[in-house]
Amino acid sequence: MSSLEREITFGEAVNEAIATEMRRDERVFLMGEDVGAAGSVFKILTGLHEEFGSERVIDTPIAEAGYVGLGVGAALTGMRPIIDIMFGDFMALAMDQIVNQAAKLRYMSGGQATVPLTIRATMGAGRSSAAQHSQSLHAWASHVPGLKVVIPSTPRDVLGLFPTAVRDDNPVLFFEDKMMYAVKGTVPEHVEPIPFGVADIKREGSDVTLVATSSMVLVALAAAETLHGDGISCEIVDPRTMVPLDTDTLVESVSKTGHAVIIDEGCKSFGVGAELASVIYEGAFDYLDAPIARLGAMDVPVPFTKPLEDATIPNEADVIRAVRQTLA
Amino acid sequence: MNEETKKTIYRNMLRIRRFEEQIFEVYTAGLMHGLAHLYIGQEAVAVGVCSALRDDDFITSTHRGHGHCVAKGGNLDQMMAEVLGRVTGYCRGKGGSMHIADMSLGILGANGIVGGGFGIATGAALSAKLRKTDQVAVCFFGDGASNQGVFFEVMNNAAIWDLPVIYVCENNQYGEYTATDSVTAGDTIADRAKPFGIPSSVIDGNDVITVHEAAAEAVARARDGKGPTLIECMTYRHRGHHVGDPGLAYRSEEERQAWQAKDPITLFRGRLVGEGVDATALDEIDNNVQKEVADAVESAVGAPYPDAEEVTQHVFA
Repeated sequence: MSSLEREITFGEAVNEAIATEMRRDERVFLMGEDVGAAGSVFKILTGLHEEFGSERVIDTPIAEAGYVGLGVGAALTGMRPIIDIMFGDFMALAMDQIVNQAAKLRYMSGGQATVPLTIRATMGAGRSSAAQHSQSLHAWASHVPGLKVVIPSTPRDVLGLFPTAVRDDNPVLFFEDKMMYAVKGTVPEHVEPIPFGVADIKREGSDVTLVATSSMVLVALAAAETLHGDGISCEIVDPRTMVPLDTDTLVESVSKTGHAVIIDEGCKSFGVGAELASVIYEGAFDYLDAPIARLGAMDVPVPFTKPLEDATIPNEADVIRAVRQTLA
Repeated sequence: MNEETKKTIYRNMLRIRRFEEQIFEVYTAGLMHGLAHLYIGQEAVAVGVCSALRDDDFITSTHRGHGHCVAKGGNLDQMMAEVLGRVTGYCRGKGGSMHIADMSLGILGANGIVGGGFGIATGAALSAKLRKTDQVAVCFFGDGASNQGVFFEVMNNAAIWDLPVIYVCENNQYGEYTATDSVTAGDTIADRAKPFGIPSSVIDGNDVITVHEAAAEAVARARDGKGPTLIECMTYRHRGHHVGDPGLAYRSEEERQAWQAKDPITLFRGRLVGEGVDATALDEIDNNVQKEVADAVESAVGAPYPDAEEVTQHVFA
């Protein structure tokens, strides 16, 4: 760490990114359940209500369709709302507002409408919160034209990608893995906004490409370190945004390594891993020396009890096994 | 209200009526893709309400939205072109009848989702409050939408934050093909505002002056920071649910005749003539409106469809 670098948690990065955007632009406000004095159920929004007051950090009723809908209307008429969906699972209650309204208003109006709306939603299992508080539903949003989808894995990427989301003139879904809120990372003194659609090579390597998203980047990094001891060199590509997707970096990396393992915490079937694999097949088929391996959450509702819950999420051992198989 | 204002109201009701009649004609002639939901019979609601609004106020509309758009100042050429899918239409042919919008006039869009305007209108009202303007937002919705859950969520939001929004229910007695009273609990839809402390009333939605006065009072209240109002306008859809539905199977002849006798435009014309307005002047207004609508059809039919490359434009800003 250079003298200008700092170490902060993922949650602190979210807090700092929100505060920075709210200081920069008075049209930005934050609205959601328990975002005010409570600082959110995850305690990551502490201090925002104190600094910006009840008019810009707005506690809502527990009624997601209503307040997400209000966010759409406010965005259409000159504001730049940040809407907080405490558990991403609750997106289900607001899907009409997100899918039929926010995502389509610009297109349906022939380019007249602008919807600069950022929706923050958590994702990720591992908290023994059972099936309605643990899902990773970024594939839902990624499937709807008109939505941009951000899925950061580090505090640095949060600091870079969040301003881009707020300043974007489109609806953006910003997925935060709640299990990473306490994870620390090094950030520079000042982080420039990171453009969407630019993947990040989290580790360079030559034998196999691990395409990993959100907290699965951490799993992939741990696996890569172990495999390095066995002489296997892993390159880790973090797409960072699902929409837009940096297909070039995926294809380039796999063209170099000839092997790919995809790790995502959404349910494996019909998840973003399938899209990532297709992009690689379409762009790098001739370079592949083995079929692409795809790891995702098991196709079950997330169970409550820890031993079962842990079994549903890809872990380091799963990644190592998949890498060895694809290289065998 | 002076005579000129009344004539403007009369003219705008006729613009809706004649526009909708022509929509049926172009549909029947096979000039239109898809369907449209005609507003004939409900003109007093849109015109009565919008005549109480400023240009910078907001409205959200419904699948039966042509009337609201005309009443808020929409351009008939661009509306007709949109219904016919032409590139000269409001949405360059990408929205069609159910999605006409004019952001420059505060028309935040018709909406294909029943109740789709609730969040948007209430959010526009929140925006006006946060931006510290005195703009108001009107949410037009049907009796059918009053059973959507989000209706209750946004009324709660509007009430707790005193938002400048007016919920205008057009109770035309039928949600699509189903009689409203067969699927809607309680005596009135207006009653649904009461638990939220939102003032509400049931009014004659076919009397444009009654609608205007109720809207003006609600708008003044909203501009004054005193919060939302719900107005339930009792009215009737003369035609079927859409242009392809004659609307006969589920509505009795007697019922249709009774409402026909309360046609809002005929009633208002009679009132104006009774007040001494020259009938020939009203006929001239109608002639001019018919010409305006005929011109809109002619220009729309002659306009091109969008080029193929437009299909990928406007997904993102």
